[in-house]
Amino acid sequence: MSLHRRDVVKKLLANRGDLLVVAGLGSTAWDITAAGDTPLNFPTWGAMGQSAMIGLGLALAQPRRRVLVITGDGEMLMGLGSLATIGVQRPENLAVVVIDNERYGETGMQQTHTAGGVDLEGVAQACGLKICDWQTILQQAGPGFAVVKVLAEKIPLALPPREGALLKARFRRALLGPRADSV
Amino acid sequence: MWPDQIHAELAAAKVRFVGYVPDAGHKRLIELCQADKTMRTVVLSTEEEGIGLAAGAWLGGERTVLLMQSSGVGNIVNVLGMVKECRFPLVTLITMRGEEGEFNPWQVPMGQATRPVLEAMGTVVQRPSHADEIAPTVSAALRLAYDSYASVAVLIPQRVIGIKSFQEQASQ
Repeated sequence: MSLHRRDVVKKLLANRGDLLVVAGLGSTAWDITAAGDTPLNFPTWGAMGQSAMIGLGLALAQPRRRVLVITGDGEMLMGLGSLATIGVQRPENLAVVVIDNERYGETGMQQTHTAGGVDLEGVAQACGLKICDWQTILQQAGPGFAVVKVLAEKIPLALPPREGALLKARFRRALLGPRADSV
Repeated sequence: MWPDQIHAELAAAKVRFVGYVPDAGHKRLIELCQADKTMRTVVLSTEEEGIGLAAGAWLGGERTVLLMQSSGVGNIVNVLGMVKECRFPLVTLITMRGEEGEFNPWQVPMGQATRPVLEAMGTVVQRPSHADEIAPTVSAALRLAYDSYASVAVLIPQRVIGIKSFQEQASQ
């Protein structure tokens, strides 16, 4: 467990092309922002537990685009049921990567269940997701799932815009163009 | 029948995804949506997931309607904060329990709290009184949500659904 989370996310998003990205609240939202803020990022600042479901809705609505959810272990643990829902829907264009530092990073680095032995890949596999190597997950048919164990480190914040309506509107404008106003 | 009329309104409004946790009162509508090739039904493990689904689908340019029972409203409260902050359009069709002629006392607290909880989180609540008012209310809710970026809930009264016992519900 010697990987740095910012390096992992930067590598995931290198050469991202037209990839659509959703991030769970907290550290992973800062991670995708540190890798380069763009309208096709949807970093959440709340709605804990819903990042994978936002990714599912997006993947079903945009079946020809790749969708990547990057979230933390604490956020994923709050939405374990969404893995079952994704497993039943089986969107091939969806990948979920959990950046797992075994901590709640925004609240004082308290341990999560993954520090206590809970195996998120085991849960995802049992739900029907395909367990992938995180370095090649975007090249494989999904729904893909990977856990990347990273160092529990406190690093500088990299904050995306906070306003939800702005994050939504810029994403839709960039993805849909003029259709954003007529759907 | 009102479920058939709701389905026709959803189809006319080009609703693409129907997220649901089943309820006996929504049985017919769920079946109609499942049979409709222009719609994709998504069964959820908890109602909260429907909010994420609808948000993601809207980011991707598609419309979603959520079906749930009044008890499910208790499961979506925090994530309605995202709907409000992001101004995601949302239509939620809620079959009521715990109001008129309820036979399960455990349904009463959430049933009685459904409207104030939704309103506290910024959702517009509409409650048609009679079966023939339901489809026009749903039609208006769809326009309010998708033309004006509002979160709108339509409460379908328990009296209209008309299930009065466990035995009757089990035999649906």
